[in-house]
Amino acid sequence: MSRTNLSGARLLPWLVGAVLIALPFANRDPYHLHLLILILIWSFAYTSWSMMGRFGLVSLGHGGFMGVGAYVTALLWNHAGLTPWLGIPISLACAGLLAVIVGYPCFRFRITGHYFVLVTLALSGIVLQVITASRDYTGGSLGFSPNRVPGNSLWALQFEDKRTWYLIALAIWAVGLLIWRTVDRSMDRYALEAISEDEDAAAAAGVNVTWEKLKITVISALMTAFAGALYCQYQMFITPDTVSGISVSLQMVFAVIVGGVYVALGPTVGAVITILLAEALRIGFGTKAVGWDNLIYGLLLVLFIIFLPKGILGSTLARFQARR
Amino acid sequence: MLVVEGLVKRFGGFTAVNNVSFRVDQGEILGLIGPNGSGKSTIFNLLSGTLVPSAGSIKFGGTELAGMPPHRIINGGIGRTFQIPRPFRRLSLFENVALAGYYGQGRHSRAKADEAAERALEMVGLPTDRKVSVDGLGAAGLKKLELAKALATGPKLLLADESLGGLDEAEMDQAAEMLRKIRAELGITIIWVEHIMGVLMRVVDRVMVLDHGEKIAEGLPAIVSSDPRVVEVYLGTEADATQAAAAEARR
Repeated sequence: MSRTNLSGARLLPWLVGAVLIALPFANRDPYHLHLLILILIWSFAYTSWSMMGRFGLVSLGHGGFMGVGAYVTALLWNHAGLTPWLGIPISLACAGLLAVIVGYPCFRFRITGHYFVLVTLALSGIVLQVITASRDYTGGSLGFSPNRVPGNSLWALQFEDKRTWYLIALAIWAVGLLIWRTVDRSMDRYALEAISEDEDAAAAAGVNVTWEKLKITVISALMTAFAGALYCQYQMFITPDTVSGISVSLQMVFAVIVGGVYVALGPTVGAVITILLAEALRIGFGTKAVGWDNLIYGLLLVLFIIFLPKGILGSTLARFQARR
Repeated sequence: MLVVEGLVKRFGGFTAVNNVSFRVDQGEILGLIGPNGSGKSTIFNLLSGTLVPSAGSIKFGGTELAGMPPHRIINGGIGRTFQIPRPFRRLSLFENVALAGYYGQGRHSRAKADEAAERALEMVGLPTDRKVSVDGLGAAGLKKLELAKALATGPKLLLADESLGGLDEAEMDQAAEMLRKIRAELGITIIWVEHIMGVLMRVVDRVMVLDHGEKIAEGLPAIVSSDPRVVEVYLGTEADATQAAAAEARR
């Protein structure tokens, strides 16, 4: 019995994977695909945030990393004619550098807890201000569109077919989960868990606290910036408010907490819930409901932190395990 | 092995450790005693890099440790326990020790970490089962875990901070026996902090007494315990402690 269970558990991811790959060929409704693509891209972004968040490194600066990923890639394309194949690595390098500039002093001088949150909050604000203020290049708060290339172009990373985008987003989402799992199974996870509880005791066990925190921060920032670049290439339109800034940062925190910060698929569940909620409000109430989603996020966030801190998926799994 | 000279630590206007010098030789057990707040734990924090000295030098096997980050000191062969046990509750008992085995020795190998963890847990007498959680451990168990974590880092010099008490007479005898065994079997040099003289005096080779951050005596246990300054400072407080205990019993 237990053996069949085991092989069933092993087969399940492959089955789900096959279904997910086949999906766009069975259902060609562009609106459904659009929603799925958004869910996958945001799932990846939320997973990126949870890489740090699960170790108590609560960042409200990830909107900043996402903005850097999106804007640097798009700006290099429009103003320098640089293909996203080069633009994205450059934007990732920028985000990584930013993460080191913000992270290293924080970790070296032990700015933790609320103070760390405040520093990262400032990062979000600064990136937003820079994008808005350099409106000659970025279009300011009106937004920015990468120059269109006719048809499909691998060089420009622009595709008209939603199925292509769906498969790209699916692959990247899967890679995100793989990175999550790799970290989860590494010794770094022990070190980071230890650090999140007691930095001195972790250091006394020989852990280089600054280095471990910096490593996970940079990984998380790179992933988030990549999500930003991907979002930009797909939507072909970005504004400071949709890919950077404090509201995006808060949205990440909310989605991850709701889904579950300690489980691999928690952020994905969070993405499904937040995006469907936003869509339901948009369709059900139209322009009357502008901003309602943020209100509901805020309320739900408080309720979740109090009553369901492990999130929906985390709590469900915990209950399931307790029963067995 | 360890040579400390003119060690000073100030917190703002308060001097917690004032111009303390001492040395520890290979293979000995040095006892470090003194009343609460006399600077024992601060000295440990300075030796292990948790705190940076305001002045003075700490030479370990010829290498200057003052100002070095803690993980490098630990990798260099100093292991420490904390006065109040600081287990990682989000990790299992085994993982707690394996973490120290992995990062503490500077050579990062999972197999060697597990091996070191098993040896350390066996040494202190805790279960090596991978699934045991930390939550079931009592005061004595948590002290043992502290010791196992320190041992897993493969130290040449062990800083054992036992000064909180919280153990009964039999448990303290056990702890003393453990330190003796660690030296005998693993050849580890030990500095042992304690604020109750009794058990410590029977085990250590030499003892150093601190009061208000200053060294007031150092030498063989028998000679130090009859030093009038030590009697005044130290046994005085122990008399107070006895009175306090008596008052406690009356309540």
